[in-house]
Amino acid sequence: MSATRPDPAKLYRPKMPATWWLKKKSYFLFMLRELSSVFIALFLLVYLYQIYQLTRGPEAYISFTQKLNSPGWILFHLIALLFAVYHSITWFQSSAVVLPVRLGEHLVPRQTVTALHIGAWVVVSVGILILFLALKG
Amino acid sequence: MATEKTTEPFWWGLFSAGGVVAAFLVPVHILLVGLALPLGWITNTGALYRIWWVKIYLFVLIVLPLYHWAHRFYFTLNDMGLKPMNKVLAVLCYGGAIIGTVVTAWVLLKL
Amino acid sequence: MAEPTITLNVTRYRPGQDKAPTTQAYAVPYKEDWVVLDALNHIKDQMDGTLSYRWSCRMGVCGSCGMMVNGTPKLTCAAFLRDYYPGEIRVEPLVNFPIIRDLVIDMSDFLDKLKSVKPWIIRKEEKPVAQGEYLQTPAQLEAFHQFTQCINCMLCYAACPVYGLEPKFLGPAAIALGYRYNMDSRDQGQEQRAVLGNHDGVWDCTFVGECSVVCPKDVDPAAAIQRSKVDTTKDWFKSILMPWGER
Repeated sequence: MSATRPDPAKLYRPKMPATWWLKKKSYFLFMLRELSSVFIALFLLVYLYQIYQLTRGPEAYISFTQKLNSPGWILFHLIALLFAVYHSITWFQSSAVVLPVRLGEHLVPRQTVTALHIGAWVVVSVGILILFLALKG
Repeated sequence: MATEKTTEPFWWGLFSAGGVVAAFLVPVHILLVGLALPLGWITNTGALYRIWWVKIYLFVLIVLPLYHWAHRFYFTLNDMGLKPMNKVLAVLCYGGAIIGTVVTAWVLLKL
Repeated sequence: MAEPTITLNVTRYRPGQDKAPTTQAYAVPYKEDWVVLDALNHIKDQMDGTLSYRWSCRMGVCGSCGMMVNGTPKLTCAAFLRDYYPGEIRVEPLVNFPIIRDLVIDMSDFLDKLKSVKPWIIRKEEKPVAQGEYLQTPAQLEAFHQFTQCINCMLCYAACPVYGLEPKFLGPAAIALGYRYNMDSRDQGQEQRAVLGNHDGVWDCTFVGECSVVCPKDVDPAAAIQRSKVDTTKDWFKSILMPWGER
C-alpha cells in the first residue's frame, strides 16, 4: 500500500535561525571547538613570522620576541593556549569514538582511551620542551 | 566507489592529520614561543631552526594544522549560514592553506 | 484538596487555516507515574479531541512519539511529568521537519533517505535455502549490533543542526543504518551504498555529536558516521595509490 504524501502547500516549514548555535549549551561548545582551529592557525602564522625574522638577522628576531612581550600579545597567546588545549582534549575524546580500541575480546572504555591520549600528549610535550631547551645553542 | 566524484576524503584526511599534529604539538609550542620566550623565562637565539630536521618538523607543525583550520573553518562558515557562497569560501580557506604551505616552505628554505 | 495539575504548552497548527503555528495551554492532572504521552492522551480524550499527534507502543520501541519537550527531542512515552513538575512543559513537533498538523511532522524526506541507503542484506548471488543458514561469530555480530537498535524515531534529525541547515544531508539514522549493513558480514552490497560517500552523505557531518546524545536506543549514530568517514577515506586513498586493487 503506497501512502499519499502530504499536500506541500499546507505544510509549515520552520526556518532555522543563523544564531542556532547560541540557543543551546552543547551547540555553543561545539562552535567554540570549531573556532579553536582559527586560534591555532593564527598562532602558527605568528610563529612563522617569528621564525622569518631570523632570515633578517639575529637583531630582528630578538626585537620581535621583545615585541611579543606586550600585554596584547601575551593575552593573545594565553587565549590561543586555552583554545589549543580545548582542541586537544576534544580531539582525544573524538578519537576514542572514531577509532574503537579492542584488547582481545574486550572493548577498551572510551574514557580510558582518552586518558591514554592525554598521557601521551603530556609525555610528548615534555619531550619537546626538553629538546627545545637543549637545542637552544 | 562514490556515485559522484568527490575529493572530500582527501581534504578530510589532511584535516585529520592536521588535527592530530595540532592536538599533540601546538599547546607546548604556544607555551614556549608565545609565553615563556617573550616573558624571558627561557632564552633562545633561534639557531635551532636552522637544523635540517628541525625545519622538517616545523614544516609539519605549521602546515598540517593549516589544512585542519581550512577544512574546519570552511564547514563552520557553512554552518553559520554562508552556504550560498561556499565556492568562494572553499577558495579562501583551502587556497589560504596552500598559500601558507608555500610561504612556510619559502621561509624555512631561506633560513 | 484540588488535584495537582501541570501545564502543557502545546503547538497547534491547522493546515489551510493557520498561517503559522500557535501555542495552546492545557492544565492536565499531575500524576507521579505519567509521561508526557499520558498527558497528551488525557488532553485528547477528555479536553480537546482536535489535537493530533503520533504514538503507538508507549514503551520506547516503535519510534512514533518523538516530539520536542522543553526544546529537547524526546520520546514522549519516556519523558516523565515528574522530571518537569511543577514547571510548565512545552511540547512542540520535532524540529527540522515540515509540520503537517499540530505535533505531526512530514517524515517523507527521512523515509526517502532511509531507502536510498538500501537497508537490507545485499548478496552478489542469493544463497539458496538448501545451502543452509549464514553463520556469524559473536565477534562478527558485535561489529554492527548496536547500529541495529535504531527505531527510526528521528530524534537524531531534530538534534542535528547540519540537517536543519542543509535538508539534503542524509542524516544520522540513515547513515548509521547504511553503516550497519556495510559492517554486517553477511552483506556484500557496500558498492551499492555509495550514496554514503556523497557530499550530502557522511561529508556534511561536522561531528556535533548531538544525535548520539538524544538517541533513546544508544545507537550512537555519530560514531557510525565518523567511522564511515575513516573507511571511505581509506578506500579513496587505496584507489588512488593502488588503482589496480581488486574489487
